[in-house]
Amino acid sequence: MMLEKITILGGKDKDGIPEKIQRLDVRAGEVLAVVGPTGSGKSQLIADVEQYVEEETLTGRSVLIDDQPADKNDNKGLSRYLVAQVSQNMNFVIDMSMEEFLLMHAEVRAIKNPRQTIKDVLSITNELSGEPVSLSVNLTQLSGGQSRALMVADVALISNSPVVLIDEIENAGIDRLQALQILTGQGKIVLVVSHDPTLILLAGKRVIMKNGGMHKVLVTTPEEENISKDLIKIDKKFAHLREQLRNGNSIGAEKLKKEEFTAWPKF
Amino acid sequence: MRFVIVAGTPSSGKTSVMIHTIRHLLKDDLAVAVCKIDCLQTSDDERYGRLGIPVAIGLSDYICPDHFYVANLEEIENWARKQEADLLVLETAGLCHRCAPAVYGCLSICVIDNLIGIDTPKKVGPMLDTADIVVITKGDIVSQAEREVFRYKVAEVNPLARVMDINGLTGQGALSLKNEILKSHDLNEIAGKELKYPMPAAICSYCAGETIIGKSYQMGNVKKVDFGGTE
Repeated sequence: MMLEKITILGGKDKDGIPEKIQRLDVRAGEVLAVVGPTGSGKSQLIADVEQYVEEETLTGRSVLIDDQPADKNDNKGLSRYLVAQVSQNMNFVIDMSMEEFLLMHAEVRAIKNPRQTIKDVLSITNELSGEPVSLSVNLTQLSGGQSRALMVADVALISNSPVVLIDEIENAGIDRLQALQILTGQGKIVLVVSHDPTLILLAGKRVIMKNGGMHKVLVTTPEEENISKDLIKIDKKFAHLREQLRNGNSIGAEKLKKEEFTAWPKF
Repeated sequence: MRFVIVAGTPSSGKTSVMIHTIRHLLKDDLAVAVCKIDCLQTSDDERYGRLGIPVAIGLSDYICPDHFYVANLEEIENWARKQEADLLVLETAGLCHRCAPAVYGCLSICVIDNLIGIDTPKKVGPMLDTADIVVITKGDIVSQAEREVFRYKVAEVNPLARVMDINGLTGQGALSLKNEILKSHDLNEIAGKELKYPMPAAICSYCAGETIIGKSYQMGNVKKVDFGGTE
């Protein structure tokens, strides 16, 4: 199922004043960052999209899907599979093996080649997290990072909804840039709540939340894109250092070796 | 008057879900009355009472709460009509998985949560499969995949019910339940209506207050475990 776009029509902020932004379109393949201080209404915005309201929540927003109000009565239809969410959860509660569970989920979502798909889910999970896991591991035994990595892989490949909502993926201790890349693939509409400049600037535009309302929408400028590239470089350095430390290497020693090599060339 | 029956597993959030839903109904100027059936004690009357609506409590005490519930339906209906309610919400105790309080002509809601385990929808049985609406709570503490699988398991047990997710803490999703309630029809009279599933039977010495264990203390309707095999 593919969508062209979703539209958020503005409602009211916490004081009942109409939101500054009265219409916000997000198109297929686009990433919208949702930013603002804690308590400014970011999660509520995501929640509104998640249940595609029709001017009925406290915020009074409504959400259009391809310019049409969502058909709420279509219980048996696909509309409930429209939105997939990666929330701030860090663990699973279902007590069964990864393999059993993923096969079950693949069946629910009528995946054509479940064996292959769950293999792909496993390899993405292991790419995103540190210590690799196997399909026979029980879901409840996964670490926080591994669980989150699996949730990302599952939303990307099995849930495979046209709209993906991501809540503060930076807290997961996984490769968040790669996670975002995986989730934004395949022409999805992506909303990402974040406090992380690197992630925020990777999005094509961002909505700034204030006092419960959509306050401003900014498109990422070319200058910001350059900054974003720098940030990604720094991020890679950081990631590299982290890997070195995690793997028990001494960072100073590595540097020293290099210096030795350049400082005393052979005569 | 619309007659709404709410059942569900223990601690699934029946009261929280209904409080959020009733808030929405009150905004539409509907007169709502609530009756809560419980066993030995409850504080749910205080929670409902804060909505400023008429609340009645029925404590079953030494009687099976679901038998107590059926035996009092007429009286509860009369009470609610005296309160001039447009809508009566009757919340049951939610204890055993054997009982199903659903009545033809009333709107039956079953509240269960994402944490009770993937095989539990099957065990909940009649309470779940006789419901018109199934509300699933605590979706915020599980993953997307778990929500989807759990919902599927619910639909396997009751393919006809309208299934909805509601967050009992924030009330997210309660509006759709309000809309479903508004779609339900008025009930003329509960007397003469029929339970969708019979109540469990028990008339044994323990029903009458016996407390000592052992065959010689047992009388009446006693059923024993079948361990299979031959004697």
